[in-house]
Amino acid sequence: MSAWEPVGTQVSNPDRTILKGGRVVDPVNGVDGSADVLIDGGRVTRVGPNLEIEPGTVIIEVPPGCVVCPGFIDMHVHLREPGHEYKETVATGVAAAVAGGFTAVACMPNTDPVNDDAGITRLILDRAAQARLARVYPVGAVTKGQAGEQLAQIGELRAAGCVAVSDDGRPVANASLMRRALEYAAMFDMPVIDHCEDVSLAGDGVAHEGHHAAVLGLRGLPGVAEEIIVERDVTLSGLTGSPVHIAHISARGALDAVRSGKDKGIRVSCEVTPHHFTLTDEQLAGYDTNYKMNPPLREAADVEAMLEGLRDGSIDCIATDHAPHHYDEKLVEFDRAPFGIVGLETAVSICLDRLVHAGRVRLSRLVELLSVNPARVLGVPGGELTAGVPADITVLAPDLAVRVEAAAFRSLARNTPFDGWSLHGGVAATMVGGRTVYVNETVPGATSFDRRS
Amino acid sequence: MLPRTDPTRHDAEIPLTGSGSSGAPAEFETPAGLRAKDLLSIGDLSADEIQLILDTAEAMKEVGTRTIKKVPTLRGKTVVNLFFEASTRTRASFEIAEKRLSADTLNVAATGSSVVKGETLADTVRNLEAMAPDMIVLRHAAAGAGHLAARLCRARVINAGDGMHEHPTQALLDAMTIRQRKGRVEGLKVSIIGDLLHSRVLRSNVLLLRALGAEVCVCGPATLMLPDMARLSVRATTSIDEAVEDADVIMLLRIQLERMRGYFFPSLREYFQQFGMTVARLRRAKRDVIIMHPGPMNRGVEIASEVADGPYSVILEQVANGVAVRMAVLYLLAGARHE
Repeated sequence: MSAWEPVGTQVSNPDRTILKGGRVVDPVNGVDGSADVLIDGGRVTRVGPNLEIEPGTVIIEVPPGCVVCPGFIDMHVHLREPGHEYKETVATGVAAAVAGGFTAVACMPNTDPVNDDAGITRLILDRAAQARLARVYPVGAVTKGQAGEQLAQIGELRAAGCVAVSDDGRPVANASLMRRALEYAAMFDMPVIDHCEDVSLAGDGVAHEGHHAAVLGLRGLPGVAEEIIVERDVTLSGLTGSPVHIAHISARGALDAVRSGKDKGIRVSCEVTPHHFTLTDEQLAGYDTNYKMNPPLREAADVEAMLEGLRDGSIDCIATDHAPHHYDEKLVEFDRAPFGIVGLETAVSICLDRLVHAGRVRLSRLVELLSVNPARVLGVPGGELTAGVPADITVLAPDLAVRVEAAAFRSLARNTPFDGWSLHGGVAATMVGGRTVYVNETVPGATSFDRRS
Repeated sequence: MLPRTDPTRHDAEIPLTGSGSSGAPAEFETPAGLRAKDLLSIGDLSADEIQLILDTAEAMKEVGTRTIKKVPTLRGKTVVNLFFEASTRTRASFEIAEKRLSADTLNVAATGSSVVKGETLADTVRNLEAMAPDMIVLRHAAAGAGHLAARLCRARVINAGDGMHEHPTQALLDAMTIRQRKGRVEGLKVSIIGDLLHSRVLRSNVLLLRALGAEVCVCGPATLMLPDMARLSVRATTSIDEAVEDADVIMLLRIQLERMRGYFFPSLREYFQQFGMTVARLRRAKRDVIIMHPGPMNRGVEIASEVADGPYSVILEQVANGVAVRMAVLYLLAGARHE
């Protein structure tokens, strides 16, 4: 199986289908307006207004107000399988993904055992194929066991289906090793995705170093610990000419480093999570461990910088860093709780509410952040509704009133700070390879996506 | 303030009551109580509530002077002292306070409990809760441990020190001591000197002293400062002379040797040279300055023995007031109407 083939879901439905009457937002092809999307053999065949309908075509009436977009790709999730199936499995993770409007996810290698071996990669892909929901793009480890000592067998990981390498959860601390990783992975057209954190500056910190952590007596994770490694990575990317992707950027100084790298033509890209452009360290006051993540929630000036980066293009992608944990693991002292929150089933609503409806970014820009750019950074198909590409489609209901209910998540985990939030905008349906994999029945008319009805 | 009762008949009288039952002196009949269910932070208290606790503590102090140092105020109430960290003063002080109020007390120390078998704090608290205690006094190494416990039980939780976060009853007993010596807290210059970064005593005291209108100056090596001290409305300086200058109150903080892994200063010897409170340094303070220390002291590190044992030291008064303040807190929380 090659990584270039659709993974996780076969292009199985040979039916000719038309999505009629929706607003199509497809930035790659410059489309933003009312159009039909014709799908045949699991692939997009035509996009245009008032397409002629051949007899035998299944007609899906796009519900009023809904928007048809190229499928969203979450390039940073933790599916926990193998090894931590009590937190999440590939099957529950992709179920959460499609319910959140994602047609594909890239899963980080910090499983147990670590995905530093083709056998683990194949196991993840097998599980994804069985689930037949979202596509799964495994990310292999940069170093063996993510131990930061010697390179993993990156060529073999590539052949098995990995699309990128990362030691996510920990940074590649050794600069020489990072340089070699960049050089080596680029031979296989794989970006290195780095979790940027200077471990000597971060120490055993648990919350953003600043006023709130100080008052609460929580050990600090300074923003400069992130910034310093981003600066190093940008410099090394410039030296090697290899692409580097900065995972979950959160500190304003780190974003400045990315911006100046881009100005110099260096091949650096970055992603931000919805929580890092929505929440601040002020939320820590009750010691709720659902506000504990790494990088930590930072201060208002950082959040403002992230929003500006989303607007001005210096941030390329939005990714969730979906990090499921069992509730027992989070029901402990703040110091002892694991870092991370789930995000697959809340991200799109937060983006619509906080970015689009708030007037921060236009919908077409959001599609770039969630679809076009993740596909480009990972070098995977998608991100566009061009004739011939697999029909991976996210249908948004931008005016839907959504109330986040963690208890109803398809993910096995409930660790979200957004439980109970009311948000403006959601997902109407998700299609992968022309096959409907999720229908939101609270959207009037969305059941037309359900072929069985 | 309290009526002196016949010490031989203390059981027959209820000079302090949380239930407002008849027979209680009017001034304590329906205590104003505290708004919050728990005492986790000084931030949970309004300035009025702080004054109420200090006033009540003055009244409680009298109980300790009686021949029979006991009132039946908390008779029938169960208080669990749940201590996950070593403590001499605070634990003894709470236990004496509880006993003077006639509460049934139970001491659970981490070393003698299921914690050594790997039980989580949440399970420990839920199991204790199942036995229906009225209050839990919690000492724990992790900041926010009290917040977690309070979410999991109906019992009122009193924070007896949570990591680097807060130690509210320490700040209250410090304020009581200052008030006794100076007649007020408002307008005084209080200088807090030492390991600011790791100190829960500092955090509680800054909130309390600012709420009562003191001028707070904090001093320590730049490596042990909190970020953004100005946002706490305190003056920060690395000059000990500046901190001592014209101080009404000097409070020394312990150098927490167990937390000194992080290259904070070169040696204890150098710390003492730069920041130790010596008799010579003290001369810049006001003539009636008082010297405080929450204990345990590192003599010859943050404080010279001559200062600790000298005429300006009120360190043992702090300890004495600790019992009265904790009696007041237990009494007012027990009397608070909540839910």
